Amino acid sequence: MQIRVVAFARLRELLEVPELRLELRGGASANDAWTLLARERPALAAERRSTRVALNGRIVSFDASLAEGDELALLPPVGGG
Amino acid sequence: MYRIVGDPIQPSEFEGIARGSDGAVVTFFGIVRDRADDGRPVTSLWYEAYESMAVAEFAAIADEARLRFGDSVRVAVVHRVGEVNVGEISVAVFAAAPHRAAAFDACRYAIDQVKLRAPIWKKESYADGGGVWRATSAVD
Repeated sequence: MQIRVVAFARLRELLEVPELRLELRGGASANDAWTLLARERPALAAERRSTRVALNGRIVSFDASLAEGDELALLPPVGGG
Repeated sequence: MYRIVGDPIQPSEFEGIARGSDGAVVTFFGIVRDRADDGRPVTSLWYEAYESMAVAEFAAIADEARLRFGDSVRVAVVHRVGEVNVGEISVAVFAAAPHRAAAFDACRYAIDQVKLRAPIWKKESYADGGGVWRATSAVD
């Protein structure tokens, strides 16, 4: 299956793109997606603890299951205002 | 009104929003400061947002303000993205209510929650070069 990953701020910089498509096996979790991304970008590993993930606009845990066409957002600590 | 905007926010943004039943309007403007909390001179801030989620979060915060401070309270939030220069408005919150206490309370609640929860990020750019992503802290 294919999902879309969007990333912001420091995580966007580390991914080097604001969004990308990711090919995953069926039933993969947000954590599986993160692991795949971090394999090619070792600098991501240090960000894992402070990162939250949102699935189609809602905050979820890294255990959340992904489905074809999902939008997974990688959110570093926020700083609006 | 819940918006993420790329153009400068004008103080007149909210003119005409008050209804006949509103006896109080409290407006908050967040302004880009010329210094970081550690004293480094700042030239501008770069803001980015997960727009769809940020707008939904603004609406959720406004709903919470109604629950806390009264059904007749209305809150609007506009946040800018892109480069925002020193002295410009980065965020504006508007709270209207029949009486001032609820309007002040709702405005304070909304800006505090926007800073804590909305998926928005800022990077400080320094006069001496470089930049740092800043997360919300207690003193912001």
